[in-house]
Amino acid sequence: MLAIAPVALSGITFSYGEGELRRPVLRDVALDVAPGEIVLLTGPSGSGKTTLLTLIGALRAMQEGSARVLGLELAGAGEGARVALRRRIGFIFQNHNLLGFLTARQNVAMALEMQGTLGEADRLARAGELLASVGLSDHTEKLPSKLSGGQRQRVAVARALAADPGLVLADEPTAALDKQSGSEVVHLLRDLAKKRGAPILMVTHDPRILDIADRVVTMEDGRIVSAAA
Amino acid sequence: MNETTRLLPWAPERTGESTPLTPPPKRQGLSLGAMLYLPLRLAWRQLRAERARLLSAMAGVMFACVLVFMQLGFRAALFESATALLGGMRADIFLMHPLTTASFRPEAFPRSRAYQTLADPDVIEAVPIYLAQTAWRNPADGSRRSIQLVGFDADAGALRFEGIEAVADALKRPDTIAFDRRSRPEFGPAAAMFEAQGAFDVQLGGRMMQLAGLVSIGASFGADGNAVMSETNFRRIMRDRSAHVIDLAALKVREGADIATVVARLRATLPPDVMVLSRPELVAHERAYWENATPIGFIFAFGSLMGLIVGMVIVYQILFSDIANHIREYATLKAIGYSNAFLSRVVMGAALILAIIGFIPGIMLSTWLYGVVGGATFLPLRMELERGATVFGLIFGMCVIAGLLAMRKLRDADPADMF
Repeated sequence: MLAIAPVALSGITFSYGEGELRRPVLRDVALDVAPGEIVLLTGPSGSGKTTLLTLIGALRAMQEGSARVLGLELAGAGEGARVALRRRIGFIFQNHNLLGFLTARQNVAMALEMQGTLGEADRLARAGELLASVGLSDHTEKLPSKLSGGQRQRVAVARALAADPGLVLADEPTAALDKQSGSEVVHLLRDLAKKRGAPILMVTHDPRILDIADRVVTMEDGRIVSAAA
Repeated sequence: MNETTRLLPWAPERTGESTPLTPPPKRQGLSLGAMLYLPLRLAWRQLRAERARLLSAMAGVMFACVLVFMQLGFRAALFESATALLGGMRADIFLMHPLTTASFRPEAFPRSRAYQTLADPDVIEAVPIYLAQTAWRNPADGSRRSIQLVGFDADAGALRFEGIEAVADALKRPDTIAFDRRSRPEFGPAAAMFEAQGAFDVQLGGRMMQLAGLVSIGASFGADGNAVMSETNFRRIMRDRSAHVIDLAALKVREGADIATVVARLRATLPPDVMVLSRPELVAHERAYWENATPIGFIFAFGSLMGLIVGMVIVYQILFSDIANHIREYATLKAIGYSNAFLSRVVMGAALILAIIGFIPGIMLSTWLYGVVGGATFLPLRMELERGATVFGLIFGMCVIAGLLAMRKLRDADPADMF
């Protein structure tokens, strides 16, 4: 895959609020993610994990420091460049955030529409393959409301991987799931990402899933305090 | 699907050991068709998912549609009936005094002007017309009411009213009139009495005249009813009118002559104490008086605007709450790379879908209402293609503005809040 690190951060500092209310959440953070690596980001609430993830995902404008994500320098990048970068990143959210009025297959195909490379039939066929690879081949035409929590999150995994992302960002994907389905989802995610060589950066509080990680990074008070392999 | 069925059972694609398909080539952006079609389809799928809300949005647009159709219909019908007298006169060209503002208050001009037009090679007939209003006594209960008199030579072919041919001979006899069967009912059941018992006497301006026939003209704003008679009989009722000043002249042109050319020629040759007007110009002149001298036009424009505003608020509410209820989904779409412009097109697509699916039942209901209301009020209400197009344009504009307002809510969908 990419010879250079998909994610290379240095000197990231970020604050919320203005003036008196200014509250720093990230202080001089540096972090690299190697190709194909699975990095888990843990730490107490308010330690800045999620903010870091939104910066890497180009969902927030940078303030200080440098972040190269999939070859794009995010410091000073415009809205258009950031939107284009997001199409190359697979996102998995705490809640599945599937569109309730679309079937599982249509939800996955939505991630392919913006690429503009496949026709409608190809998009749906590919969405079907992805759903089959997360074990949902019998549920492709169901609305999210007809699926269980674990099944929905598996649809979200399929959607995140649909466009062959260069990076997968996940924010507590197991928070809304019971132990077994949470474990299933993250193992599925790991297997599929490994096959594609896509690195995963996952924020989690869940100690039950630490076993999938190549590296666990702990944050506290906006700083990285330990990086255990 | 077809891709995997052609593979051997132990192929890596089947066992899941490699990526199922080669990664898509890196070409960014959508074709123009997809840029318009995909948001529209997403909008439709979203609208369709909530039937109750879709129906209420449809009802809202339909309501606005019907309201605007009724207002514009009433407006057109009132103006049409305002000009019923002049609109009922069938002639090619008219002469009128330039100071005449409306037919119920005409300025007189010399009768000789009518005959001067005969010097034009294309004018073959000129008919002087006398207009006046006088009191009519209701033959049933004796009450008096102002009626419009139209005096002209009914035998001449230049000026026709609907039904005039049948009564032209009767009007040559002294002291006869033809009554407008479409006069308002306050004039009494004269038409029904004539049909039942034949000619009978009525009192008109203090003189007994024989009602010898019926024509069809229609009540207008200036006159609730009309009576048609010969020049001589006209002067028998209006004793103080002299024969050599007339109120209107109707001209007939040679078959095949271009009316606009003749009008232009007559304007150049006639003295400035007469105006030369084609029939549509005469009707437009009369209509302009009612449009400018009365608040009718304003009232109906205001009513239409109210309908559009109500419709816009309804559509805005629907679109706004659709976005507000799906704010997480919109933010997710932004997070996975959907641009603001694409999502704006989704909102716009929803607005346009609502415009269309509200307009179709709206125009159907309005057509039906035109028939019902027109039958009850005797107003000439008809669905016209041009009005349909105008209303569709207005409804479309209404939905676009609602869409633009609702679009601002998209800004609240912040993908950074998703984590």
